[in-house]
Amino acid sequence: MKAPVKAFRIDVEAVSSFLPSRALRGWHGILLLALLLTSLAIATAHAQSGGGTGPQSPLATLIEWIPFILRGFLLNLGMSFLAMAIATVLGIGLGLLQLSRTRFLSVPAWLVTHLFRNSPWLVILFVVMLLVPFELQLPGGGTFVMSDWLKATFAFSLPVMANLSEIVRGAIVSIPKGQWESAESLAFTHGQTLRWIILPQCVKRAIPPWMNWYALLAMATPMASILGVREAVGNAQAAMEAAGARPELLVPFYLFLLLLFFAYIYPISIWTRMIERKYAVES
Amino acid sequence: MFELIAPIFQRLADETGWNFIIFYDRYEYDRFVTGISISLQLILWSILLSLVIGVLGAWVQTARSALLRGIVDGYIQLFRNTPPLIQLLFFYFGLGAFTPQVDMGGYYEPMISSFTWAVLSLGIFGGAFNVEIFRSGIEAVPKATAEAAESLCFSSWQTYAYVTLPLAFRISLPALTNNLVSLAKTTSLAYVISVPEMTYTLNQVWSDNINVPEMMVVLFLFYVVVVSLIAAGLHVLEKRLALPGYGR
Repeated sequence: MKAPVKAFRIDVEAVSSFLPSRALRGWHGILLLALLLTSLAIATAHAQSGGGTGPQSPLATLIEWIPFILRGFLLNLGMSFLAMAIATVLGIGLGLLQLSRTRFLSVPAWLVTHLFRNSPWLVILFVVMLLVPFELQLPGGGTFVMSDWLKATFAFSLPVMANLSEIVRGAIVSIPKGQWESAESLAFTHGQTLRWIILPQCVKRAIPPWMNWYALLAMATPMASILGVREAVGNAQAAMEAAGARPELLVPFYLFLLLLFFAYIYPISIWTRMIERKYAVES
Repeated sequence: MFELIAPIFQRLADETGWNFIIFYDRYEYDRFVTGISISLQLILWSILLSLVIGVLGAWVQTARSALLRGIVDGYIQLFRNTPPLIQLLFFYFGLGAFTPQVDMGGYYEPMISSFTWAVLSLGIFGGAFNVEIFRSGIEAVPKATAEAAESLCFSSWQTYAYVTLPLAFRISLPALTNNLVSLAKTTSLAYVISVPEMTYTLNQVWSDNINVPEMMVVLFLFYVVVVSLIAAGLHVLEKRLALPGYGR
């Protein structure tokens, strides 16, 4: 029998037990590494059998360009953090608007949510990249340059915003009606009830899907390379080009990218599942 | 159809400047229709492939062999936790470089076209999610039903195909709807390996005619309609298949 969880108190021990390292199964990583190494070996053999006058083996080429690709990956991470922050703020706002009691607010919020939930990320990316102006004239007279990666970040935040809006709405709806009624009987206003009673309970239910959407967002950021943002995939393609565009480079480079994202996303998804399981037991 | 709408959109373009060229120019219209057909085919085939993979994978996950289960688990984790865009690029450029070329009389064409690679890659990607969805559906089927089937001399495959799967399918339909809708949206990524589906086609149209906002509207509408149709179809299926006593 577990001790009851105290409301509004962070249980340090419980949080530390979420640490993803405990559940990481080593053989997943080993499998991937083995795949990468095998493909490199095949590619090397391929290069040597084909005359052997090539300037560098694929492995050496990859190692040479890894810092460049990692620098691109940092941009992926930065974009995902910023987009998640924007999406969280907008998504909570939109979710609350969806539940607004005036139809004037709730209908447009519903429409925006469903428009962005039901269209592909790539389409939204195109819309923002091509239709948002390159420079914004600030009222003070200065100009604000919207760089490509900034626009892409904003584009990625839109579908996540719409999905978070649904999550927030769902979490609020799932709170028993009695909570609202008892708050009302204690003379809380609608806003106070929301702020002090309903939302704190929603946080717990919304965290696992929130993390899930972060993982999806981080996996979507490579799409920015299609429109010329120089992140991990764009840099890897540029590196392959610079290294002579040899076909035997393709497998190791793309496999390295897959491994890179896997190494980042997999711990997050394991962590999400642990939190989910923990909360599921308690409720 | 074309003759019917062409004058209306021609007038719209002349009077307001809203250039929906795909509806009044024969060449662009044909391009648009081809785009629709390829997009729908891509969605259909990748959904079918992902369902087959999902059913087979979920069956393997009930197997006794730890090795088989481990392989399927590795596949799920690998494809769920890497970006679908890089998977597509890896399949098309990485593996595509090793597939044999066919002599088409003067020029060479790869045996596996970019469309086929897109179906394979997206189907495998969506299948990884479907395995998990079906597995949780199978786990939700009461053990007693499978035991009853076993006592009636059903083999393990027969039990799976005739008893467990039909029940599990009903339980996992809502989650499946979500995943198939998301897969249908992900097919727009086939753009990067130049499959001439809707996004790619309209991109070419707006590059040729500089009518980006209008084509964006069409693109949005296309996906909203397709996604709504898939979701509505699956909801109807859910209602049809509902068993008394199961679910709500």
